[in-house]
Amino acid sequence: MAQILSPLPGTFYVKPSPDEAPYKAAGDAVAVGDTIGLIEVMKTFIEVKAEVAGTFSAYVAEDGSPVTAGQELAEVAV
Amino acid sequence: MTLKIKNPGLATSIQDLGRKGYFHLGIPLGGAMDRYALRAANMLVGNDEGAACLEAVFMGPEIEFTQTATVAVTGAQLPIKVDGEYQEPWSSFVVKAGQTLSFEFLQAGARLYIAVSGGITTPEALGSRSTYPIGSLGGVDGRAVQAGDELPTGGSEGPGAGRTVPDSLRRKPGTPARLRVLPGLYWHRLTDEAGAGFFEDEWKVAPEADRMGYRFKGGRPLEFVDREQPFGAGADPSNIVDGCYSYGSIQVPGGTEPIVLHRDAVSGGGYFTLGAVISADMDLIGQLQPHTAVKFEKVDMAQALEARKERKGMLARIREELG
Repeated sequence: MAQILSPLPGTFYVKPSPDEAPYKAAGDAVAVGDTIGLIEVMKTFIEVKAEVAGTFSAYVAEDGSPVTAGQELAEVAV
Repeated sequence: MTLKIKNPGLATSIQDLGRKGYFHLGIPLGGAMDRYALRAANMLVGNDEGAACLEAVFMGPEIEFTQTATVAVTGAQLPIKVDGEYQEPWSSFVVKAGQTLSFEFLQAGARLYIAVSGGITTPEALGSRSTYPIGSLGGVDGRAVQAGDELPTGGSEGPGAGRTVPDSLRRKPGTPARLRVLPGLYWHRLTDEAGAGFFEDEWKVAPEADRMGYRFKGGRPLEFVDREQPFGAGADPSNIVDGCYSYGSIQVPGGTEPIVLHRDAVSGGGYFTLGAVISADMDLIGQLQPHTAVKFEKVDMAQALEARKERKGMLARIREELG
């Protein structure tokens, strides 16, 4: 199991916009460079990208929750 | 000598102590959000205290050196590496020609200052190298640094490794962060309860806080004293006839979320300001991450001046330490 960590502090979102589906669901394939979520900080949304390939297992951080740098956001089975 | 930016991090910009003398014309002060940390970084590498450095926020950049230089990183806490080897914060170290400076995840604080011996020597704009992206002033073509940029430096080798700022002089915010506030000209606009509530409540840094202003959430909304709308003022009770904003002044649009105006803020507008964060504590704001708990503490002018003296004293002690 690989962890995807937040590169910076801010607010974490699992969806590209409120009306859309989450970037990944359990069982989805994950490729290196795939966006798995967004961090909002300083009026900017920064894409969080997977650095490993595998199968998405789950989001660990909640949608809309405050996160710190290095905090686990999601898990990927590799 | 140049610094090759391999990865810029997030909104990493060239900053010095700021752009003096243009605020009355609407050109922001600019300069490092944590000027204490910038001065310390410059002292460590033997630069003038106001030499231009890199200010990186929440994430470190990755930089390749084309020539050997003395480097120091102050401010936010995060592991510092040169070709994978860990280096001490608030201390000088050597980066040799061809080596790469990089960083791991942020651990505490918000902004790091990277000083390089000789300083960054991009052209000055209105007397400063500070980057003001909205006005396209300073820095590299008036913008934040990007991958592929090659930043010129003064090129000196500097004093080398082994200079360090003692722990007691590495200034950082506490938990909760305490920001001292001097009530201002428009304080009378608030009811007594609202004025007291502002200082009683715990606030949290909003994620949109940036170099222009630090916004806070979570305290009770402020109630205003009834008034007749003055000619030229907006209809909202938080509006005034346009006035000047000082560095550190706290506006509260609609009475809901206080915003402390920082280095890249506008110099005037139509919101009342309940007071100002004292100059001694403005550096601390630059080190606040989103969602950090903050308490505002009321002080008078004598206490504000005493705090200013204390901060100056700490800088003087660093100067003595480093000779």
